[in-house]
Amino acid sequence: MTDPIIGTPQIKLLERLCNAVAVSGDEGEVRAIVLDEIRAHVEDARVDALGNVLATRSGSGKNRLRVMLAAHMDEVGFMLVNADGDGLFQFETVGSVDVRQLPGKRVWVGKRHLPGVIGARPIHLTTTEEREHKIPLESLRIDLGPKAGLAEPGERATFAASFHRLGPSLLAKALDNRLGVAMLIELIKHAPPNVDLLAAFTVQEEIGLRGAGVAAYALKPDLAFVLDCTPANDLPMYDRSENHLYNTRLDAGPAIYTADSGMVHDNRLVRFLAETAQAAKIPFQYRQPGGGKTDAGAIQRSLAGIPAVSVSVPGRYTHTACSLCRLEDWKNTLRLLYTALEHVTPALLNLEHVTPALLKQ
Amino acid sequence: MKALIQTLTETFGPSGHEDAVRAVIRAQVEPLADEIRVDALGSLIAVKRPVRDGGKKILLAAHMDEIGLIISHVDEKGFLRFTTLGGVPPRTLVGGRVRFLDGTPGVIGGEVLENWDKVHTMEQLFIDIGASGPKDVRVKIGDVAALERPFLDLGKRLVAKSLDDRIGVAVLIETLRQLKMTPHEVYFVFTSREELSSEAGAAAVAFGIEPDLALSVDVTSTGDTPKGHKTDVALGKGPAIRIHDPGVLSDPRIVAWIDQTARKNKIPFQRQVSTFGTTDARAMQASRSGVPVSCLAIPCRYVHTPSEMVDMDDVQNAVKLLVCLLSAPVEI
Repeated sequence: MTDPIIGTPQIKLLERLCNAVAVSGDEGEVRAIVLDEIRAHVEDARVDALGNVLATRSGSGKNRLRVMLAAHMDEVGFMLVNADGDGLFQFETVGSVDVRQLPGKRVWVGKRHLPGVIGARPIHLTTTEEREHKIPLESLRIDLGPKAGLAEPGERATFAASFHRLGPSLLAKALDNRLGVAMLIELIKHAPPNVDLLAAFTVQEEIGLRGAGVAAYALKPDLAFVLDCTPANDLPMYDRSENHLYNTRLDAGPAIYTADSGMVHDNRLVRFLAETAQAAKIPFQYRQPGGGKTDAGAIQRSLAGIPAVSVSVPGRYTHTACSLCRLEDWKNTLRLLYTALEHVTPALLNLEHVTPALLKQ
Repeated sequence: MKALIQTLTETFGPSGHEDAVRAVIRAQVEPLADEIRVDALGSLIAVKRPVRDGGKKILLAAHMDEIGLIISHVDEKGFLRFTTLGGVPPRTLVGGRVRFLDGTPGVIGGEVLENWDKVHTMEQLFIDIGASGPKDVRVKIGDVAALERPFLDLGKRLVAKSLDDRIGVAVLIETLRQLKMTPHEVYFVFTSREELSSEAGAAAVAFGIEPDLALSVDVTSTGDTPKGHKTDVALGKGPAIRIHDPGVLSDPRIVAWIDQTARKNKIPFQRQVSTFGTTDARAMQASRSGVPVSCLAIPCRYVHTPSEMVDMDDVQNAVKLLVCLLSAPVEI
């Protein structure tokens, strides 16, 4: 088995995944790509009742841990809720999307990627006062033109933004979390033999971690790593003061979670990932503790408790029309996860792991 | 028991980082229990077996974690920005002291406010560990600190940080000590991670144990201070049965069982409907196909500040009540 790498084929796959429309609850387009990619490499790949793809690839060594790797397939977007006629649709947001950013954006609607636009009034026809206020969702429409015909309420839509390479950067919608999906596909293809790899490509993460809990319940892992993409709010402050609320930073490597609003990540696994990165000279950062949740929150409290931790690729402008990540951060995240899998042992889960300083207090 | 409460409250244990407090509890319960284990999320489980078969499987849960702070950024001058683990009101922090897992002490300072009628937000506070620059700082993002405040014995009343819920922990340890014989299989569980809204520790415990009924043993805020909370619960009037809170509606059969047992044994108690907060009972009730639950709470002033206060009479009455509950058969 060879180490996974990110080269042209992997970037091409990421491009296909990013350009697919898979808004929460309607992940079929990404699921089809996933199934196609992994089928030849796993013992079984099944789709569960919620639409998660669950796949197992057993190792061959002794005392193998059952290691769950989870990446959510869904992305934030919109749902058509009412037809006003003439190809105009009222819509709702799916997952957390900032309504201030919507007017004037192009969208792809439904499985056929029908092109449309969230209309905005031209500046000539707005007043100064109007321009100072946010436009409420109720007054926005997706405009598909009168001949769109086949679009119906209930269909999903997402930002129309094609994948691009931009020097060292990747530019696309839904890098959160197609980066994670693409990494998980590579890890399945190159799974190290010391573990039983239990892969979950989950649904409905963006609307409340709904797929991951049932995936963990079905897979019964000993521990879990969650692969995701997290915001980098790392731009300089306008007044040149120190930015201390950046969440993560580009070019600083994979972001290891310690705590978020859903959980305290398992500190044995946090320490293991950090030590693994240091030993392998892989750059890494700790994601700033604070708000936000990942699938790890749902996995941790499944069954009688599952040690879990999240690792994310940092990405600017996530949950907007176009996010931006660094290829190098993605490569380093994959390297860290692969190296961690190679070195994971049951001893890692020994609990009575009290540091000497603590016992003296 | 006061010495035990002092040790428990002065031991480090913010949510998800309970190793030190678990070691203290383990040393206490090891000689008393028939079986000890630690689950996947770090909760400590001490089992007391019945004299003969036929009783219930009863889960008692007191959470061993406490609220705490977690570093989010080390700034270019060596000050530590932080966020919270659990519900820490910023107004309780300025001038307070903390200690990190590795022993590093620090004080909490705040930015100078333009408007002093307002209180600091969490983003305007920082921890100062006496560093003259970032090079002196050994702690890092993700490292966890507990509030530091010595235990204070006021005679009948005790003041300490983390009485929420080390007092529940002490009550469970003392109950296990005093419980000579029980018809039930009793799981004394010291849960991890309660202060986080998901109560993952208790959820895991309840799934793993599959009890017939479960009680959380926690603290509850009182209304007996000047312009205090809107509740009749007061210090010194006995442990409270939390009949309802925003997270859980107690099983009426469990409430009646506690109520009747207390009356029969002439143990003072209070009935409470709480308008805020919740306990491990929420996660336990929704486990598997459902578990009858309630919460027995020790009345506590100034919950989630570094100086929480309880009354020793309430503590001892809680132990007495639990021993009575566990000593007799129960039908629900």
